Amino acid sequence: MLEIEIDGKKLTVPQGSTVMDAAHSVGTHIPHFCYHKKLSIAANCRMCLVEVEKAPKPLPACATPVTDGMKVHTHSDLAKKAQAGVMEFLLINHPLDCPICDQGGECQLQDLAVGYGNSTSRYQEEKRTVVAKDMGPLVSAEEMARCIHCTRCVRFTEEIGGFQEIGMANRSEFSEIMPYLGKTVNSEISGNVIDLCPVGALTSKPFRYTTRAWELSRRKSVSPHDGLGSNLIVQVKSNEVMRVLPLENEAINECWIADRDRFSYEGLNSAERLQKPMIKFDGKWHETDWETALAYVVKGLNGVSADHGKDAIGFLTSPHSTTEELYLAQKLARSFGVNNIDYRLRRSDFSADAAQQGAQWLGSSIVELTTAKSILVVGSTQRKEQPLLASRLRQAVKKGSALNVIHVTDDALLTAVNAKLIVSPLALVNALAQVLKAVVELKSAQTAVDLAAVTVGAEAQAIAASLSGAESAAIVLGNVAQHHPAFAQLLKLAQEISALTGARFGLLAEAANSTGAELVGALPHRAAFGAAATAGLNAAAMIAAPRKAYFLLNTEVESDSYNPQAAVAAMKQAATVIALTAYKGAGLLDYADVLLPIAPFSETAGSFVNMEGKLQSFNGVVRPLGETRPAWKVLRVLGNMLGLTGFEQNSAEEVRAELLAKGSIESSLSNALGDVAINAAVTTGLVRIGEVPLYQADAICRRAPSLQKTADAAAPVASAHSSVLASLNVAAGSQAVLRQGSGELKVLVEADDSLPADTVRLATAHPLTAGLGGMFDSIALSQG
Amino acid sequence: MLSAQSLAAIDREVAKYPADQARSAVMGALRIALVERRETGKTPEERCLNTEVIEFVANYLNIAPVAAYEVATFYNMYDMKPVGKYKITVCTNLPCALSGGVNAAEYISKKLGIAIGETSADGKYTLLEGECMGACGDAPVLLVNNHKMCSFMTPEAIDKKLAELN
Repeated sequence: MLEIEIDGKKLTVPQGSTVMDAAHSVGTHIPHFCYHKKLSIAANCRMCLVEVEKAPKPLPACATPVTDGMKVHTHSDLAKKAQAGVMEFLLINHPLDCPICDQGGECQLQDLAVGYGNSTSRYQEEKRTVVAKDMGPLVSAEEMARCIHCTRCVRFTEEIGGFQEIGMANRSEFSEIMPYLGKTVNSEISGNVIDLCPVGALTSKPFRYTTRAWELSRRKSVSPHDGLGSNLIVQVKSNEVMRVLPLENEAINECWIADRDRFSYEGLNSAERLQKPMIKFDGKWHETDWETALAYVVKGLNGVSADHGKDAIGFLTSPHSTTEELYLAQKLARSFGVNNIDYRLRRSDFSADAAQQGAQWLGSSIVELTTAKSILVVGSTQRKEQPLLASRLRQAVKKGSALNVIHVTDDALLTAVNAKLIVSPLALVNALAQVLKAVVELKSAQTAVDLAAVTVGAEAQAIAASLSGAESAAIVLGNVAQHHPAFAQLLKLAQEISALTGARFGLLAEAANSTGAELVGALPHRAAFGAAATAGLNAAAMIAAPRKAYFLLNTEVESDSYNPQAAVAAMKQAATVIALTAYKGAGLLDYADVLLPIAPFSETAGSFVNMEGKLQSFNGVVRPLGETRPAWKVLRVLGNMLGLTGFEQNSAEEVRAELLAKGSIESSLSNALGDVAINAAVTTGLVRIGEVPLYQADAICRRAPSLQKTADAAAPVASAHSSVLASLNVAAGSQAVLRQGSGELKVLVEADDSLPADTVRLATAHPLTAGLGGMFDSIALSQG
Repeated sequence: MLSAQSLAAIDREVAKYPADQARSAVMGALRIALVERRETGKTPEERCLNTEVIEFVANYLNIAPVAAYEVATFYNMYDMKPVGKYKITVCTNLPCALSGGVNAAEYISKKLGIAIGETSADGKYTLLEGECMGACGDAPVLLVNNHKMCSFMTPEAIDKKLAELN
């Protein structure tokens, strides 16, 4: 520990602290622009100059390490003169366009200029001009003359984003911040540079010129997208969400959010929002009032149950719905006598349902995962599934963790990977079994799994060594593993490896409330908090054996299902499809019979349970749009109208209190599986790798226009190893025909030699590919 | 894009640094790329660096293209725009200026009939102002084609040098 005195205040700080750190710890503010606690030290703005006794000149607080007995004056005449001098230089080339600048009112330069600048400038000469840059559809770099060259954006893309997409070209007064010529900024977390920019050089393209910062009210919320549960500040004006910013939470999202969390709000104000209940008769849609629509729903449900029995009804819900909604949905279904309820529409393997012993989750806290010394990520296109967690894993690697990967594609992770096994989906079980066998051999241990036929490769050996040698280790299964037709075996293998190595194991929850859905029992085999339930049909079975009536909560089956082709066919043959939805999407308008407008996360109180099992509740930030109602209310009223008991809740808080009284989250979380047979034999055949694109994951981001203009939202193209293309006589770069079931798609095919043999990579959940079948099922490829 | 010989030379540069710090070799690699282009380029545009070459070098070193671009645009020895057959860079920083550096630049400018920053119509000469070359004792100094340093460039010495180049 070192002793230091700041402005007469004595304190001790750990070795290696800077003067800036020390000042922050006693609440002393030192003006700065380039310094940021999460980024490397640049010391190029010079705004944080302070006086240090016995030093010949002012020193930058951000880059000066504390020495024992140091005496610092942050507001002495010398320090103030130095800071004012720096400010005068910064303002020389800064345009005086605050009245029309989007940053006005929340600009660090503007704020500090009040304290350290002069009211008039001594500089009479011409200011420099800088041409605008194109950074893509999210970040605007129109007014680069405002830039003060702090390089926060440059350091962010390099250090947090993992790839330096922005640089400072040229020298001295010709310096310019720019992306590489002709390229845009494509990082999935690029929006954070807008928050980092201390001036109005980088601004939010969708938000620009819509409103002033001081006109907005700030409300806390939680991201409804990936399973991380990023904390948000939603800014609202005139009952409309205008912008979304991060709310700092060191344990979850630090001070960042992904672009999906930041820009998806545009989808909340989409023209596709359903504002009134609608009923289809004579093949035409008619707007109606709630009373009529609810009566229609009740009549439909009663009618189908009278004619075909309760088992002819299926409830399909979404892991993007709140805990309260999912709880009431399963309560409604079960009270009504329907046991067919599921939230796992994109899963294909339900064979472990009987063996499941708790609500599936991450298996550790996010902090524990990202501080584990060895991490194995199985079946996750990390950057596109969990953009922010992928960045946290990159930071973990920088701090010395070993990142190991077993996956079906070899996309750049923008970080060092210790060992990786890239295999066809058909060999994924075998790959993980190899690791288990290597661990067994390494530890001379026993396992119940039959591994006789498994041959251990060098990479599996390296992964096993990394997991067993580390003092803390974690194995996590991503979306691809969870959607995989052998998910149960993968989870079981992870459990076996965990038992031998002491590694924690779990799932990277796909959606904001996947863990919540598990907990409240939106499942055919488990009720809330693991209470016994009469077994019903799972999501796949409800599609494979079509029901007479479907009750859809917040889901669009053509985009949210493992097999959209079969799902849409099942909807179309049903006598009635009741949809509670925030949007009148083309799919729903086609196959549904009644649409009830429900509130998205911004318009209802509720809670999400993130992947680490943390329940985060939030309130609505704006009033429901039009005649939209919170889904929990709709479900409650439906319960009343169906004559069921236990639907008397008056608020989302009451629903939450009721469900939380049923059990404790902590003791219900468990990834343990009972017996699951492992078949590690590798079958052959051409198989599809059908991932969900970043901005197609849920209904809200699908309708956010700016996100849909990004490179990540480009129309899907198929890709395959050049040997696959050669063997099928398909030219790379040509239009080829892909077939699955009755579906056929003519699409551009590209060669990608990083893919495993015998695979065709083609995204699912996109309107273009909705006619095709299962995400990891066999596929036929032929010349177009 | 670059010859096997140049790539071998870049590999030598890379080998000078720890394996995970190939980035350190970016200056050498860009220099090697520029030298090859100056020697083999058929048009003035082919004799200087461009974004494709910089991206190639960056990918070869496994760094972000913009990181190499930063370096290429920072140092004025990397030609980002076409220059003449002889690129004459005169130091006009303070110590040189006090010892006739500016006069030398103006003398050459008059003699060649081109302003500072321009290339002669026949594409033979380009005259540029440079930053300190670390030889203030030899002022005035100038560089010919980045690699040849000429000291004590009085008008007579300049006449001689230009005659030599001619």
